[in-house]
Amino acid sequence: MDTIKITIVDREGISQEYEAPTDMGLNIMELCKALELPVEGTCGGMALCASCHVYVLSDNELPEPSNDELDMLDSAFFVQPNSRLGCQLKLHEGLDGLQIKLAPNG
Amino acid sequence: MAQNQTIETDIIIIGAGPVGLFAVFEAGLLKMRCHLIDVLPQPGGQLTEIYPKKPIYDIPGYPSILASDLVTNLMRQIEPFKPGFSLAERAESLEKLEDGRWCVTTNRGTKHLAPVIFIAGGLGSFEPRKPPISNIADFEERGVEYFVRNPEMFQNQKVVIAGGGDSALDWAIYLANIAKELTLIHRRTEFRGALDSVEKVMHLAEIKKIRLVTNAQVVGLHGNGKLESIEILHDTDGNFKIEADHFVPLFGLTPKLGPIAEWGLGVSSNAVEVNTFDYATTTPGIFAIGDINTYPGKLKLILCGFHEATLACQSAFKIMHPDKKLSFKYTTVTGIEGLPAK
Repeated sequence: MDTIKITIVDREGISQEYEAPTDMGLNIMELCKALELPVEGTCGGMALCASCHVYVLSDNELPEPSNDELDMLDSAFFVQPNSRLGCQLKLHEGLDGLQIKLAPNG
Repeated sequence: MAQNQTIETDIIIIGAGPVGLFAVFEAGLLKMRCHLIDVLPQPGGQLTEIYPKKPIYDIPGYPSILASDLVTNLMRQIEPFKPGFSLAERAESLEKLEDGRWCVTTNRGTKHLAPVIFIAGGLGSFEPRKPPISNIADFEERGVEYFVRNPEMFQNQKVVIAGGGDSALDWAIYLANIAKELTLIHRRTEFRGALDSVEKVMHLAEIKKIRLVTNAQVVGLHGNGKLESIEILHDTDGNFKIEADHFVPLFGLTPKLGPIAEWGLGVSSNAVEVNTFDYATTTPGIFAIGDINTYPGKLKLILCGFHEATLACQSAFKIMHPDKKLSFKYTTVTGIEGLPAK
């Protein structure tokens, strides 16, 4: 199985490195849910709820946010320049070494 | 709808999303009447509120159907069974009556009486997204409004709207002519609403009908018993205060499980536990169907919710008519026999 390493800092500030598969079509929101991290993913990955809001801490190259994602981030709270919706970031080799932090519940 | 009305029916359905709507059809085939309660002002739940123009690909028989079209079709499908609706009302409390029936009371005081309840609440009831300001709850109904219910109340008032989407823009334009002062605060410089609305807001800002504060957010609320001023944090200018009688944060809606969580049903991680025989909860007479329930192997699919609604109706019939035998019939054979209007 193809895997990459991803570091996730939870809302308590605890950082942990995980192995994540790249061949299952998972996104960051789905990965967090699978890891039983406190990410709700309420809308199921349609960029419509911001419950998977994360801050990207590493400098991995990411796809540009879509209009839907930008719209949603406009209605979210605690938004920073490095804010992204986890559901819009699909796991692939380029994300090896990615570091993210879960944004506060808003 | 009049205040403190009492509605009697066979099945109270909490949530008028696709699964709640389809339950009316299956109940109707068994001659049971339904009444739906939903916090939103229109039926359809998430499909209408969150993604009306998105296609759904896994409704059997429809290679692709827009969410809003599925709701329209479901409404047509249940029309013969004349369901009742309590819309824009939130199911608030649950009570067992002496005659064995349940009573569900909404936030507007409407009482619903029935022997059976289907909870088809999806992700919960849609509530406004509230900005993370520590004392915001202290000013709710004392200056903080999450909806514009009655624009007239803002006449000659100092109003601050926050948000960057269509509803923030539309209300800023509308209230600019009613309020004494109107301030629109947005976190960024760009607005993502309809171009036409953005242009109107910019024009109203130029002629000083709207005070536009961008790259800023509201971080504090102040007042003695009622809102008097708000504190703004600007990205470059730092903190400042402006006078305000009303603060209207418009950041859209988000679903919350809400009062149902307090009803003593088995709830685990925001879902109601049910068995997979008939999707009954641990409380006799109360079923949970669709996204709100959980059981081993649960998938949150509309398709699965339809199945759950169908089986729950079989058991609802047995509760309603303990002495009658239910014989299974195909609609192809029997057709649809509607219920008379009540």
